[in-house]
Amino acid sequence: MNPFQYTRSFAAAGAIQSVLKEPHAHFLAGGTNLIDLMKMGVVLPERLVDINGLPLKSIEKTPTGLRIGALATNSAVADHPLVLEGYPLLSLAINAGASPQLRNMATVGGNMMQRTRCNYFFDTAMPCNKRTPGSGCGALTGYNRMHALFGASDQCIAVNPSDMNVAMVALDAVVYVKGPKGERKIKFADFHRLPGDHPEKDNTLERGELIMAVDLPAKAQAFNKHVHYLKVRDRSSFAFALVSAAAALNMDGTTITDARLAMGGVAHKPWRLQEAEAFLKGKTADEDTFKQAAAIAMQGAKAYKYNQFKLTLAPNAIVQALKTASA
Amino acid sequence: MPDNSPDEEGLFRGTRRDFLKQSSVLSAIALTPAPIVKAAEDKWDEKIADALEKVTVNLEVNGVAHSVKVDPRVTLLDLLREHLDLTGSKKGCDRGQCGACTVHVNGVRINSCLSLAVTNEGKKITTIEGLADGDHLHPMQEAFIKHDGFQCGYCTSGQIMSAVALVKEGRTQSREQISEFMSGNICRCGAYSNIVKAIQEVKNSQV
Repeated sequence: MNPFQYTRSFAAAGAIQSVLKEPHAHFLAGGTNLIDLMKMGVVLPERLVDINGLPLKSIEKTPTGLRIGALATNSAVADHPLVLEGYPLLSLAINAGASPQLRNMATVGGNMMQRTRCNYFFDTAMPCNKRTPGSGCGALTGYNRMHALFGASDQCIAVNPSDMNVAMVALDAVVYVKGPKGERKIKFADFHRLPGDHPEKDNTLERGELIMAVDLPAKAQAFNKHVHYLKVRDRSSFAFALVSAAAALNMDGTTITDARLAMGGVAHKPWRLQEAEAFLKGKTADEDTFKQAAAIAMQGAKAYKYNQFKLTLAPNAIVQALKTASA
Repeated sequence: MPDNSPDEEGLFRGTRRDFLKQSSVLSAIALTPAPIVKAAEDKWDEKIADALEKVTVNLEVNGVAHSVKVDPRVTLLDLLREHLDLTGSKKGCDRGQCGACTVHVNGVRINSCLSLAVTNEGKKITTIEGLADGDHLHPMQEAFIKHDGFQCGYCTSGQIMSAVALVKEGRTQSREQISEFMSGNICRCGAYSNIVKAIQEVKNSQV
């Protein structure tokens, strides 16, 4: 591992200043992704600012919904009574990711910041525009089985690996960040970005900005009864998604009054399916409806040499998730 | 330069890189290279860099308080194994994928290979060495022996640490739930079915 300066911060302002003083500085939270990347030589920080002492672990009701502190661990969120009651989709998605040990370490903010699992990103002997801008994309004509169906560019076809993010985007979460220019809120759907010409940028955070919390709107609690998170992976547990589908329905009898739908493992960001959601609204919950919604969701999908199977797997996952959610 | 205490920014200053940059400059302007060569032979740069870079971490392991000076790059796993000679926690993948390094930090199971030692300031660590009460094995250790929950044994300490936490978490409602919540511990020998039996026995004996 590259040598680095280690600093502990106990207040957001100090942590932000400390990160700004060094061009290659990172905030350190749970470390489950960052330490791994540092061991692999993929990320070479000159300074780590340990933010675990910041008071950002609480999960509490607010007038507009639920606020989850950025340092709340994944397991603390998944097991929290207010999350289980109001936002069960989030619990399902979090528990579908990683292992119990990792979920005990990983934080909400860290989960949002985790990097892609693209093999070319991890292998420092390979070209990767995300790791080394301008070096090319190894996956584009390489072994691209895990890669994107939507929103990719000729610079990068990697996918965001998080399960939590898929539920967050479906539930219209809002990210509260603090930076050198003050505080701001970012819609979860706008937090992660598509690769375009700058695949090295996973998200829309500016330099020195720190995630403080994620807010879940009270409105999303309308989707607390009919939910499912279906994750399809190479083994039955503890593996990254080939494709995942998050479905949350508000139902009146067999009629879908409103729907939230998103996919993971198919794009550089958690992939919300708003057109399919609009189609589902007012329809009867049956397989035919779900198949049509899935067909709408798959419009514009583009596969590469080794991930053609995802063109079948993804719509099937959507149908199955909707079936289970509506049952 | 301060020895091992953070400055006003909370920063532990002085890196090996900074020191080497300085010593390079010294080398370049040295009128006579002899002392530099001698210093290099004695590895003074390494020794000085070590003294400048190390951070003190205070933590309790299996009930014993420790104060250790470590390079910030040292993981909790390496601190346990290399500095405290507690080699029961194993290094398998060293990437959080196998679970052989599982320990409890403040009662919660984690992968010690992905936790920097310095981030465990003030924490209470329990390793496999801390489970038994003298010669009396922990019920989970007894159950693993009884049900043959291992073959080569390399993953076993991690499996047992995870299993003890699992029972405490109450994730033992079914065989499926046990498997799912033990998924962070890989056993290459494939002792899974006997591991589940061992966990079920401990769980049932507690009811």
